[in-house]
Amino acid sequence: MRMDKTSTATIKPLYPFSAIVGQAEMKAAFLIAAVDPSIGGVLAFGDRGTGKSTAVRSLAALLPPIESRPGCPYNCDPARGAPDVACSACAAGNPPEPALRPTPVVDLPLGATEDRVVGALDLERALVKGEKAFQPGLLARAHRGFLYIDEVNLLEDHLIDVLLDAAASGENVVEREGLSLRHPCRFVLVGSGNPEEGELRPQLLDRFGLSVTVRTPAAVAERIEVVRRRDAFERDPEAFCAAWAEEDAATAARIVAARALVREVATPDAALEAIARLCVALGADGLRGELTCMRAARAAAALEGRVAIDLEDVRRAAGPALSHRLRRDPLDEAGSEARVARAVAEVLGGAEGAPTRG
Amino acid sequence: MSPAPDAAAEARWRDAEAAAALLAVDPVGLGGVWLRARVGPTRALWVETARRLWGGPVRRLPATIGAERLLGALDLAATLREGAPRFSRGFLAECDGALAIAPMAERLEPGAVGPIAAALDRGSAPGAEGSVAPARFGLIALDEGEAGAGEEGERLAPALSERLGLWVALSECPVRSQAEWAARPVWSADQVRDARARLASVAVSAEALSALIEGAARLGADGARTDLFALRAARASAALGGREAISAEDLALAGRLTIGPRATRLPEQEDRLEQEDGSEEEAAPEETPPDAPPPDASSDDAGQAETEPHEVDAMADAVIEAAAARLPEGLLQGLSEIARSRSSAPAGASGARRAGRGRGRAVGAVPGRPGDGARLDLLATLRAAVPWRMLRGGGAAASGAGRGRLPVRMDDLRIVRTEQKAETVIVFAVDASGSTALNRLGEAKGAVELLLAESYARRDQVALVCFRGARAELALPPTRSLTRAKRLLSGLPGGGGTPLASGVDLARAVAEQARRAGRTPTLVVLTDGQANVARSGLGGRVEAMEDALSAARATAATGLKALVIDASPRIRPGAPAEALAAAMGARYLPLPRAEARAVTAAVRALD
Repeated sequence: MRMDKTSTATIKPLYPFSAIVGQAEMKAAFLIAAVDPSIGGVLAFGDRGTGKSTAVRSLAALLPPIESRPGCPYNCDPARGAPDVACSACAAGNPPEPALRPTPVVDLPLGATEDRVVGALDLERALVKGEKAFQPGLLARAHRGFLYIDEVNLLEDHLIDVLLDAAASGENVVEREGLSLRHPCRFVLVGSGNPEEGELRPQLLDRFGLSVTVRTPAAVAERIEVVRRRDAFERDPEAFCAAWAEEDAATAARIVAARALVREVATPDAALEAIARLCVALGADGLRGELTCMRAARAAAALEGRVAIDLEDVRRAAGPALSHRLRRDPLDEAGSEARVARAVAEVLGGAEGAPTRG
Repeated sequence: MSPAPDAAAEARWRDAEAAAALLAVDPVGLGGVWLRARVGPTRALWVETARRLWGGPVRRLPATIGAERLLGALDLAATLREGAPRFSRGFLAECDGALAIAPMAERLEPGAVGPIAAALDRGSAPGAEGSVAPARFGLIALDEGEAGAGEEGERLAPALSERLGLWVALSECPVRSQAEWAARPVWSADQVRDARARLASVAVSAEALSALIEGAARLGADGARTDLFALRAARASAALGGREAISAEDLALAGRLTIGPRATRLPEQEDRLEQEDGSEEEAAPEETPPDAPPPDASSDDAGQAETEPHEVDAMADAVIEAAAARLPEGLLQGLSEIARSRSSAPAGASGARRAGRGRGRAVGAVPGRPGDGARLDLLATLRAAVPWRMLRGGGAAASGAGRGRLPVRMDDLRIVRTEQKAETVIVFAVDASGSTALNRLGEAKGAVELLLAESYARRDQVALVCFRGARAELALPPTRSLTRAKRLLSGLPGGGGTPLASGVDLARAVAEQARRAGRTPTLVVLTDGQANVARSGLGGRVEAMEDALSAARATAATGLKALVIDASPRIRPGAPAEALAAAMGARYLPLPRAEARAVTAAVRALD
């Protein structure tokens, strides 16, 4: 059924990313994931109505548009040569000229079926034209963009397995209903949820690159500012967006520059050693923690236009990159974030004593 | 100061009426009304009032609606009939510009809640053929769920209720008063129309905004949406009253309709005193907590600095006073109760409904109509159609392009039958009486926490029934959440008599409820079997034991899988706990030194 459509096409303009009040940790994590999608996505756990979905959407709107051929359901990249799927738009004898389209943001609704996620036999064409054709699912549409899962902790197990497999391998393999095909799907997975309604399995937790906790702002002044800006936006979206356009453009330019720079960011041995010691101190399982911490630190440095990471980058990357990888002790009352903060203080020293960047 | 009952009922009604008017003025901004009321004349009068004030098109949103109907899909019947794809328009797109009324909204499927919530957020819905159709509407959710019933009661999904600005609870009122109310309505459709035109020009002073948010913060009504809804309600109220700026009256109404019902705590008196002291000493305009992140630099513009702190305080006090008239039921019973019912409803409800059609693994095909999650099994459908090919004319009846095709009719359609592995719920009944409490309670708590930690991986749920003193209570409703479990377990008291029968009865009820919800329950009773409180709540060893055994036999009759762990310090043959296990048809496990890990291992062995 043709009910899945890119949710980027909204009717009202999007709330500007720069105008989001507070939530610095969440915004930083999203920026890092946008600079280096290989970090593996962001898990934003916390209170409802804190603008997680708004932040993802506005961030995607900031990103440079992707090039693809009109009508291509897989967001194939024309620069990467022939598509490896029977993509009717790109594999045609005379494919349409590439055009720009916005970075996709695809919502995975809670009630989604496996068909919608993976794709299925195209019923319409099968019934009407008698053709065996594949109708791409949400994974295809999220290629080169964001896949946003609200209430990821309530998602069914078999869907989670499919998602994780696709996210890790970067491709979707379909073997069902007489169909046999594969297509690329590289996306930034963004999951959100409320821990009061159920925890996430540790296997799934670990697969997210970064995790942040999102809270309703406690300060009344901050809440007032949230409402004031939101109200201004709703009364005159165009004027509001225009007022923030400059800052948004600066953020967009930072992301583009950082994407180019991130491959060249050097990782001094001291930083690597600090990361390794942090992971040992925390007992974080596996190499994934170290890798993610390093990549996040690199992306953070690139976002600031620096070509080498320093201990401050490590310090800031440690929380989001490691706090969800600790072995959970059900009897430990302190949150994992506190444990990471403690370990950071032990390994890297207090914030005052830390070497500051010149 | 509390008014006479009649006056209170009327005040409540007038608020509900005002909610209908505010919604009619700004349906998209306010999202909608969550109306909790039983079916009856009062609710009917309210719906009638809302329709009259709205004056525009009204759509009925049936609770059984599925995602496909909401968003639009291939219309199979028309497609087969006409041999060309025909799409049906989505319900949400059809609702654009209308008022949607959802009766029995608490029964909306999770698959339907998502699209509706998304449409409320974005004012648009994806259409059937790839377009994005506008879907700007106000939603009236008529919730008939039992208020305050917590785990057992059904509630409107929080994903929806948090997006509906105005929360109203109506109770049934005498017919005479209703006739009177209906005879003299406060608002007219004309006033609403004028207010719509005026809405955009209503001025919002910084003081009014601060007062609303300050009030919401002090009542624990958190979330950016609450603040926005409060502001919009106040603005719509000002427009309705023909005012150019938000007045104290508007703030009070917004407090009663948006902030009060969302309160999670009572305003802290001491806190307020401290703040007043502080502002007298230093006249600081803001009482930003030291640990809170400072607002963005750009936020230090007009407004806050000029705001007179005393004035805002006084206004916020007025908002709180108004909101206090509409606090949710049960708030006064204590915070933990509220926290429990608030957080348990969504988890329990969506867990129970997850086993729907079209979910899980495919295990075969059955005749049926695809849609709403049921998936067409194409091969089976074609197989069903093939034998009839000659009789139906083999497509010869169709001309041109249709020739030679296999004719498929509606009754050939086969859908995929799916099967979902049922979740396991482990119901612990823990004897927290004086005789067992000292060591055993700690061990039981440890076991529950360990099981819970394991249940991440297995997606199981754990519930805890605790019995002591005169009765048993459900300390932990079925949950998978470590956060909740830890909070509840840590406060679990021990000591007193052993109402074993009540404990077994309650545990059985919880298990049965889980079974009705499609989950597989397992019962674990941890006790020394020394019952000394009967079902009646009175002491008496003999009667208590008889009751306990009869409760055990009733459990055996239900065929529940059960395990009795004997927690008495010295195990002898024919121990009371063993008799209990025999009556219950349960496995008996003497564990003189019941260790948390041993208990979890025993439960696992039961599967």
